Order: sequence, then structure tokens, then C-alpha cells
Amino acid sequence: MYSVAQLVEYTSSLFQQGFLDDQFNQLQLLQDESNPNFVVEVVTLFFEDAEKLLNQLEKEIGQENNIDFKRVDALVHQLKGSSSSIGAQRVQRVCIAFKNYCEEKNVEGCFKSLQDIKQEYTLVKTKFETLFKMEQQIFAAGGSAPR
Amino acid sequence: MQRTFASYTERTAFERPLTSGVAYAVRVLHYEREQFEKQQGWIIKRMDTLEQNPVHKNDYAVEELEPSPLQEEYAPVIFAQDTISHVISVDMLSGKEDRDNVLRARESGKGVLTAPFRLLKSNRLGVILTFAVYKRYLPSNATPNERLQATNGYLGGVFDVESLVEKLLEQLASKESVIVNVYDTTNHTHPIAMYGSNISGDVFNHVSTLNFGDPFRKHEMHCRFKQKPPLPWAAIYTSSGILVIALLVGHIFYATVNRIAKVEDDYHEMMELKKRAEAADVAKSQFLATVSHEIRTPMNGVLGMMHMLMDTDLDVTQQEYVRTAQESGKALVSLINEVLDQAKIEFGKLELEAVLFDIRSILDDVLSLFSDKSQGKGVELAAYVSDQVPKLLIGDPGRFRQIITNLMGNSIKFTDKGHIFVTIHLVEEIVHSIEVDNESNPENTLSGFPVVKSCLSWKGFKAFSQEGPLGSFSSTSSDLINLIVSVEDTGDGIPRESQPLIFTPFMQVGSSISRKHGGTGIGLSISKCLVGLMNGEIGFASEPKTGSTFTFTAVFANGLLSSNECKIPQINDQSKPASSEFEGMNALVIDPRPIRAKVSQYHIQRLGIHVEKVSDLNQGLSTINKGNAVINMVLIEQEVWYRDSSMSSHFFDSTRKVNHGFPPKLFILVNSSNSSKTSSVMSDVDNPTIITKPLRASMLAASLQREMNVRNKRTLNRDLQNLSLSHLLVGRKILIVDDNGVNRAVAAGALKKYGADVVCVSSGKDAISSLKPPHQFDACFMDIQMPEMDGFEATGRIREMEQNVNREASINWHVPILAMTADVIQATHEKCLRCGMDGYVSKPFEAEQLYREVSRFFLSS
Repeated sequence: MYSVAQLVEYTSSLFQQGFLDDQFNQLQLLQDESNPNFVVEVVTLFFEDAEKLLNQLEKEIGQENNIDFKRVDALVHQLKGSSSSIGAQRVQRVCIAFKNYCEEKNVEGCFKSLQDIKQEYTLVKTKFETLFKMEQQIFAAGGSAPR
Repeated sequence: MQRTFASYTERTAFERPLTSGVAYAVRVLHYEREQFEKQQGWIIKRMDTLEQNPVHKNDYAVEELEPSPLQEEYAPVIFAQDTISHVISVDMLSGKEDRDNVLRARESGKGVLTAPFRLLKSNRLGVILTFAVYKRYLPSNATPNERLQATNGYLGGVFDVESLVEKLLEQLASKESVIVNVYDTTNHTHPIAMYGSNISGDVFNHVSTLNFGDPFRKHEMHCRFKQKPPLPWAAIYTSSGILVIALLVGHIFYATVNRIAKVEDDYHEMMELKKRAEAADVAKSQFLATVSHEIRTPMNGVLGMMHMLMDTDLDVTQQEYVRTAQESGKALVSLINEVLDQAKIEFGKLELEAVLFDIRSILDDVLSLFSDKSQGKGVELAAYVSDQVPKLLIGDPGRFRQIITNLMGNSIKFTDKGHIFVTIHLVEEIVHSIEVDNESNPENTLSGFPVVKSCLSWKGFKAFSQEGPLGSFSSTSSDLINLIVSVEDTGDGIPRESQPLIFTPFMQVGSSISRKHGGTGIGLSISKCLVGLMNGEIGFASEPKTGSTFTFTAVFANGLLSSNECKIPQINDQSKPASSEFEGMNALVIDPRPIRAKVSQYHIQRLGIHVEKVSDLNQGLSTINKGNAVINMVLIEQEVWYRDSSMSSHFFDSTRKVNHGFPPKLFILVNSSNSSKTSSVMSDVDNPTIITKPLRASMLAASLQREMNVRNKRTLNRDLQNLSLSHLLVGRKILIVDDNGVNRAVAAGALKKYGADVVCVSSGKDAISSLKPPHQFDACFMDIQMPEMDGFEATGRIREMEQNVNREASINWHVPILAMTADVIQATHEKCLRCGMDGYVSKPFEAEQLYREVSRFFLSS
């Protein structure tokens, strides 16, 4: 059973560790009575989008010596955009590095970046899921999460 | 016989060039002596006494010679060449040398040479070659005895060694005077000198052997140059010359190679430095970009949050706290901006924009910024822009505002009484009126307080000194507008010792100032740089206790020319606020101070109202009653109204009773809303309305329309402090174009929050079909980077579409399209504008920026 204090602490730890940035705050602000599940909806959308993109990236990078850097760059750009829209800061940062490697046509760098992105994505997804679970529990118990 | 011999030998002497003479001596045995002597007619003589006592040759006489002593045999000379005829009758066997010679010759049958000795008579050194003459032929192996028996006589040739050597060497030693020494070296240890003077032995000699034919004797010839060979100057010069040339050439090569090496080194160093400089430049840009972004982002977050907070339910205390926090935040932001500006200036990275803007509204904004503070201090704030300044200019309004804000901020800090007066003129106006202004009354200022003469503040400007006050300053090119801006205040002035340093960064007048007023002291130096970037000059004149006037010039391009085909977005489209409402109205301004009256007139005229000025209430009444035109409103300066209350009420009553038309509305122009005088206002229904200065077109219009019941579309309070995006966006239909689902959701969510009606599409193609006129959209947010068709292309097509429709139906479709971009770079900004977009916002949305961009379009409908 989570308390509001724990939720607050968890949320600020996410900010401190750089998983989330101010944009996430903005998202939370957009949620109100007329739009009660805004954040969850958007984040879920992000998960779907990101997973599709990651799969495509795997395929492209898997070509090893025949990497179509332009296509990879376009995919990473998409991921960068959506992660920045929801405030997933660390994912966004890795995307930026990934884009640089694409410009340099650095195969090694691209491999590494892909691994980093997958790792960061998995991390942030877990964090979000925990966050939502906590919120849900508190809400179900009649409380309301501070915004 | 002798004669024959003599003549023969003489004639043939040419055959014997080396001999000086030949002679023949016959062998005479002792027993034949008497007979021989009788036959010859002379006595055989001896020569050895002469040898022992040689006499001079001139003294030599044959007859004096002693007769020869008795010997076994004799060898007297019977025939002789004339040259040696003096030896005739001399016994050759009597001389030692000759004797040896003769005997040997007889024995060997070969030619025999004597050792050199002194010849008879001449006493010259000579040798004699003697041959034996035999009676009969003798075989070569004949015995000496046989030879002896067969001897008839002896033939001798005299070699005068000296003349011999000289003749021989005549050609040899022609020029160099070879010194020759000839020696008889038969006896090695005792060489006999035959010819040549005594010489020192260690000089270099060339030794060669002479062979006269006598194997018994050895002769040597030592030759040397008489003089040491002269130094071969030609060779010396040539060789030293060649050496020098070689050295020089070598030196040239060496120097050239060195120079090439050095230049190459320098070049490499330069390349290195260039790389480092470029890297440093890149580092600077990155630093600026990073610092800008990294610092501003959280600050904007803080400020944005506080705006949001203000929107929520707060009690008064909380509101106070939030406001204070906001103020601090804003101060921090401006501080950061100042420092970044300074850094940018130092890095040379500051660039000015070129957009259309209205200078009058910029001034309005700045005035409103300071209106509270000036009212609080009781300082009158006024702005005036000359009519000759065009409505629209092209330049960087933000930076221009920054300069004016900085100057006015300084004025506000240091002024507690009187006024702060900002004026903007064309440079040409000032130049032409320099002489006219000179005799102005010191009391004739805005507030009556004395000011520093403004012409002193532009005294040193190059722009004025080059052209004469008249004539050539006509701006024939109407493209460039040369403005001169003055900020005049009646404050404390700047102490004389601080004046030279005033534009130096981080200099403040006294350290207490920074504590009292805050600020970093960079403002003026940044202003100076900005003025420089605008091709202007900045200067000031200040007198302690009187006040200061800061003046600067700036060059802008005329915006009116291109405003028709403008692709450049207009900032602050407040050019003719509510002009249509007030057009044609007349106003009267009552103010004893001409300058202040002019300012009021200017502001009212901006609304399209015709203004007349009078200096007191009586004149005002007569003007109203004269009745040429209906006066719709009267604006009375505070000090006039409150000076004499009876006068004022009389005026008030008179105006109610005006003959024609409606009675004019009365307004009192006051400085400070907290002025105690306002409390004594009459409490009639038809109270004159108070208008608080500083006058600004917008608030003036608002006040007037409130009273005049004129419908004004614009009720908006332009105070940017109140970010009511919701006012702007409620009910608006907005199209969002983005290929990324998450972005669409977030953008739509943000806009929906403000009450907008949002439609999302995911591609440029869909955007085009959605925005085909006619449509209901009020605005469009378009992502730039999309596959298939990017934002630029889509916008271009939409504009084309609109143009076609506009042409055919002569309407004016133009849906505002704002680009959404994650990378806000300069190039993208320009490209946005080129393609027909109206602005850009960053993605994700930033509240203030969003408001700023959107407010440009949604004010006017």
C-alpha cells in the first residue's frame, strides 16, 4: 500500500535521476477533470511508438555493414521527438548521441547507442509502470495524487 | 798558316756558337824545341806564373810571359782563332789544368774538358775542350802508348762559360731573370763555380745536369728566379672571388632553405592555431548555446510554473509570495540575459535581427514597464516620437528595446523628481534645428525642472560633424532611416570623475549603488555595443544635481516600402489602435508647458484625433466657444486643474453649457495615481476622468473609449505579465500536423487545456487537404520534420492554394501557420519565414513563447 508521501518521493527521485524532466510536469498539468487519464494515455502511446521504432532500429542496425544511416537517423529522430514530448530525458539524450553517430556514419557508435536506448527505454518503462501503479493504488484508495 | 787557320775558324765560328775560340797546339818534343822556335819566330812561353799572379786583361801581354822551362815535351799553340790569339806560343802543358786536359785527351782519344778556371788574358771563367789530333787513324782499342806515339797535336775549344751560359739562357730567362749558377761537380765536395754569382744555399733551385761530352767531368746547372715570383694576383683575385661568390651562393641557399623551413613551420603553426581558433570558436558557440539552453530551461520552468500558480486559487498572502518569487525570477532571468549578452558580445556572436516593427509601440511597452515605478516616485514619464519617423521600420526591435530600457532604467534609478523624457527624431531634424534650439529657455522643459542641454550629449558624434548643419544631410536614399533617441532626466546626474568610465563594463557609480539599486553594471556597455551594431553612436551629457541626458543614434531600414509584400512577420501589430473609432474627432489639450503639451498632443494624434493646444483654462474656453469645430474632449494637465479650484469649477460648468453638439468630455492628466490631490476631486456625476500618465496609445484609447462609449475591439490588456492563453485560444479551431503520435497527443492536450478545439492530422498531405479554403481553422501548428512531405513544403503548397483562391475570389485567406520544431536554430527560423510560415514555437510547447506567437494572430478578430 503506497502512501502519497512515497509517491512524491518516488516521483522526485525520477526527476533527480534524470529519467524525467520538466516536460513531464507540463504533461501532468494538462490532466484535469475533463481529461483525467491524459498522462497514462500519452505515456502508453509513447510505449507503443517506441517499441515499434526500436524493432525497426534493430532490423536496420542488424544489417551491420549495410546500415542505411539515413533511415536510422529518421527513426531515431522520431524517438527523440516523442521522448522529449513526454519528458523522458535520458531516452532523449541517448537519441541525440545516436543521431550524432549516424551523422558520422560510425557503426560502432550506432551499435552502442542502440544498446543504450534499449536499456534506457526498458528502465524508464519500468519506472513509469511503477509510478502508474502507485497512483492507481492511491486513487483507488480514495486519495489523490498531488500535482 | 796561322792566318789561314784564323780566317777559317772565324768564318766557321757560327758553327760553334758556344765556343769563344779554337786553337791548335802542336806536340813538340824537347829536342825539337830550338828548331821549332826558330821556325816560328817565337819562344815557347809558360803560363803558370800568370796563373799564380793573374793580371788584368788589358795588361796582359804575350811578350811578357816567361819562357817555358825545360820540359820533356811542349804543347805550344801555333794556330788560334783571332778571339784567342793571345794564347799563341803559350805552352798548353804549362798550365795545370791544360796539362791534365792535354794528357788525358791524348790518352783517351776523346774530348776532354777542363775544370773551370780563369782564362788567360780575359780572366774569365772558362773551360777548354781538348781533342788530341793523331797522325794516323787509330782503332778504338788502341793503347795509350800507341796514342801517345801517334799524337800530332791538340785542338782546343775555349768555352767562355759566362757567355755560354748567357747565350744558352738568353731565351729561357727572357723575362723573369733566371739566375743561373753552373758548377763543375766532378769533385762532389768541392764544386767549382763556373758561372753565376754567389747565392744563398737554401733558396729553391732547379738543378739540372749539363753534359759537355766529357764523361770524366760532371757539370751541374742551378737555376732560380732572380726575384721571387710575384704573387699571382690574378689567381688570388679570381680564386678569392670565386670563393666569395661560392660563399655567398651557399649562404643564399642556406638562407633560402632556412626561410622555407621557417615559413613552413610558421604555416604549420598557423594551421594549428587556426584549428585551435576554430575549435575555440566552436567551443564558444557551443558554450553559449549550452549555457543559454541549460540555464534558461529551468528558469523558464520556474517562471512558467509560477504563472500557472497565479492562475490557481491563492489567498492574498500566497499571491504576494508568488509575485515576489516571480519578480526575483524575472530579475534573475534578465541578469542571466545580460551576462550572456556580454559573453556574446565578447565572443563576437551577437547578431541583430531584421524584422518589421513599430517603434511607437516599442516605446509604449517600455513606458508601461516603468510606469509603476515612475508613478511611485512621482516622476513624470513621457515619450515623444517625431512625425517624420516612419510608422514601420526594419531592424531588431528586441535589442532596440533593450537599449531604451537600459537607459530608462538607469534614469529611474537615479531620478526622484522632475521627469524622464524620451524623444525620437530623425537625425536630419535635429541637425537642421541645432541653431534654432540654442536660445531655449532653461525653464522650458517637460516638468519645469532644469535639464542638461541635450545638444551637449551628441556633441562628439561623427555623424554630425562630417555633414554641415545645412545642406548635404538630405536622406536621398529613403531606404535608410537615421534615428536619434534621447533619454533626458532630472536626476542626480553622474559625478564628474565617473563620467569617463561610464560605458566600461562592471563600473558602477559607487559600490553602494549596486547594493541600493541592484544590477551588474553591464547595461551601458552592452547598450554601447548594441548601438554600435546598429551603426550608431551613443553619448551623454550630465551635470550633478541637474540631471543627465543620454543620446544615441541608430540606423534602420524603412519598413514602409516593403510592408506590402511583407514576408517578414510584424511584431506588435498595434500600428493604428482603434483609429477608425476616433477618426475625425477633435481634442483640446490645456497645458502651460509647451513640451509636455506637445507630448500629449502626439499621443492623442496617434489615435487619429485632431489636437489643439492651449496653455490655460480661459484660452481653452474661448477655443471651445469659438466653435470652428466641435471639441469632443478636453484633456487638462493636473497642475492646471488643481491650481485654482474655483477656476476649474467655472470651466467645468461652462463646458456643460456649450452651444452645439455634445459637451466635451473632460479628462485630467495626472502623474501618479497615488497623488493626494486626486482625493480632493469633486464628487459630481460628471466627474472628469483621471488618466494616469505616462500616456500610451493603448491605455489612452481604452480610457477614451470607455468614456466616449466608442466600441473598441481591443479590450485586451497587453500586459504580458498576465499570461491568459486561455483568453486567446478559447473556442479557436486549431489544426495540429505531426507524424508522431505522442507529439500530437501532447500538443493537442496542451491546446485543449486552453479551450481550443483541436484537430490532428499526421502528414503534410492531410494538412493541405484540411486547409483548402474554405475552412474553419483559426491557426495551424505544423511539425517541420515529417517523412514524405516536410513542414516547409506543405506550408508552401498551402500558401499557393490560398493565393490562387484569393486571386479568383478577391478575398484574403491567410491561415496563421506556426512551425513546431525541436531544434530552434537561426537558419530554420529564416527558412520558416521564407516558406510562408508566420512564426515558430519550440516543441514541446513553452508557455510564454506560445503566448507570444499566438497573440500575434488572435488579437485582431
